[in-house]
Amino acid sequence: MIEREYDVVIIGSGAGGGTTAQELSKLVADGRRVLLLEQGGRLADDEFTGRELDMSDALYEDAGGFLTADGTTTLAFGRVYGGSTVVYTGTSLVAPRRVIERWNVPGLEHSDIERRSRRYMAENNVHHLPDDEINDNNRLFVVGCERAGYHAEQFPLNVRGCRGSSLCNLGCPNAAKMGTNRVQLPVAERRGVEIVTRAEALRVEDRAVIARVRARAEGEKGAPSEWAPGTYRIRAGIVVCAGGAVGTSALLLRSGLGRAVPRLGERFTCHPAHILVAEHTHPITNDVGHPKSFYLDRAEAEGFVLETCMYFPFVTAKNLTGFGAQHSTFMRAFPRLQMILVLACDKAVSGNRVTVDKSGRPVVHYRFTDAVITSLVRATRASARIFFAAGAERVHAPSADPQLIERAQADALDSLIDDRHFQSGRISISAAHLMGGCGMGRSARDSVTDSWGRVHGVPWLRVADSSLFPDALEINPYVTVMALADRTAQAVQQDAGELLGGSVTVTTA
Amino acid sequence: MSHDDAAVEHSLPGGGRDNARFRAVARVCIPEASALDEGQWRDAEGIVARALAGRPASVRRQIALFMRVLDGLALVRHGRVFTALPADRATRLLESLSRSRLLLMRRGVWGVRTLAFMGYYARADAARAIGYRAAAAGWSARGESGVIT
Repeated sequence: MIEREYDVVIIGSGAGGGTTAQELSKLVADGRRVLLLEQGGRLADDEFTGRELDMSDALYEDAGGFLTADGTTTLAFGRVYGGSTVVYTGTSLVAPRRVIERWNVPGLEHSDIERRSRRYMAENNVHHLPDDEINDNNRLFVVGCERAGYHAEQFPLNVRGCRGSSLCNLGCPNAAKMGTNRVQLPVAERRGVEIVTRAEALRVEDRAVIARVRARAEGEKGAPSEWAPGTYRIRAGIVVCAGGAVGTSALLLRSGLGRAVPRLGERFTCHPAHILVAEHTHPITNDVGHPKSFYLDRAEAEGFVLETCMYFPFVTAKNLTGFGAQHSTFMRAFPRLQMILVLACDKAVSGNRVTVDKSGRPVVHYRFTDAVITSLVRATRASARIFFAAGAERVHAPSADPQLIERAQADALDSLIDDRHFQSGRISISAAHLMGGCGMGRSARDSVTDSWGRVHGVPWLRVADSSLFPDALEINPYVTVMALADRTAQAVQQDAGELLGGSVTVTTA
Repeated sequence: MSHDDAAVEHSLPGGGRDNARFRAVARVCIPEASALDEGQWRDAEGIVARALAGRPASVRRQIALFMRVLDGLALVRHGRVFTALPADRATRLLESLSRSRLLLMRRGVWGVRTLAFMGYYARADAARAIGYRAAAAGWSARGESGVIT
């Protein structure tokens, strides 16, 4: 095993790891050595081709097809320099006050989350797109909402020079999305943080990380790793885990931390979602322009959020329930399709958790509660109303029987779309907002970390990602992840003198 | 991989044996697939084979086993293996399994239909055929803005 030594090792380069790396780059000025390990590769700009399967393979864990233990839900999370910030749509919202207050984490105030969130939103150039860059798919959502009695809101987005490729979820081919790969990680590297890609953290030991660096496979996108292939023991005074809800939970479970913090892996939530599609009589602009510019927040009132969306041929085909002639007819109507993503605001419940199998691979156990199914069905009814109000001729609704609802049936949505038609394993459910597993709280009896990401009873071990969420956030999570990672980084700086020895310049947010 | 595992996976696209089962499922899921020529079938099977190669062995085994179950059920219900069923019967069988009370059956159908859609729709010519036009150049490639026409 090859030995290395650093002061701080950060695991993961997404919203949490990228933020932590940028903030802890200040330690480099004090002579500290900071290393970041990223499991995925570092892609050159011209490798973002927008080709569906090529990019899924290069950017996502399991090419975007990671399944829950019972095989009913697909979890999407990034595995690349920049993590999931490379593959999200850049929607940037501050955590709702009600959610942070409901979390009830000692020492965590909404005002602090908001202040830090706004700093990163400014850093990431978050703004509303101008009206002339909004496509028909989004405009029809706004029109449909208005006519159906809802109020759609515009997403603030973190883009700079967006050309409207619509390919956000395949990595922006125009380098326009301000993920950590474009903003925080380059700053961290310029300031002296070392980043090693293709480096998988196998486990953490006492003040050390065991990592395997793999060679680039033939034909694989991305640069070779900065280090030679092999297994490394990297000693570090402080280890910060930012591998996401699934990655960090699994890493710490593999490392035997479950004995010290029995809540490890628990309280997993994911905003389970599915796609609804409607057909218009005339072509609309849908596969050009930013795909996710508006949303309808019904989280508090009805337990769901609707977002505009537009996907690619295979993902669209997969998400339409069923197969055969009717399915093909819908696919051939692609230029006339409007899409809405419905997300349920799930709650942390017993049994929904991350574990690891014998080989240490993460296993996510997730079952749909009755409340989640009810939320998805309500969301489907609301979406169908919005589609028809916007002028759609027919709507494909997975939890309806029949699934294809014609305009003439628009008055019967409540009876056609019903909980009893929701069949898991038949309907394509996916989730990209993976949260929990290392939840914040008071002590090891109720949580894994405190509100500053310190793992209870393990002072050198910190967490800085969405695994910290003690329950679902009810909005797109990346800005809140950055705010929490900023807190974790601040606590690391404050504790660095004690944990690393010597003097440290502390910079507070 | 054990000998049994190898035998089961042999029946997947890219596994070595003929791909009759995959093609039969694909024809049911996407009627237009019946018009694919041999080269296009190979493209579709290559896409699926590459995707499966990167998935956990347990997933590959489950899919391959479900393909065999399909044959077995077709034999019991209709006296012929799935690949020999006429299109209407094959469609009805797959449809009934997709609504099965058994989650395993529903998952099986979901898995094989997903592979069929992947092989078919991830091909550039299929994307073009349905009118999908997304491009890196975005609006400037269309010469249009977001305004409804």
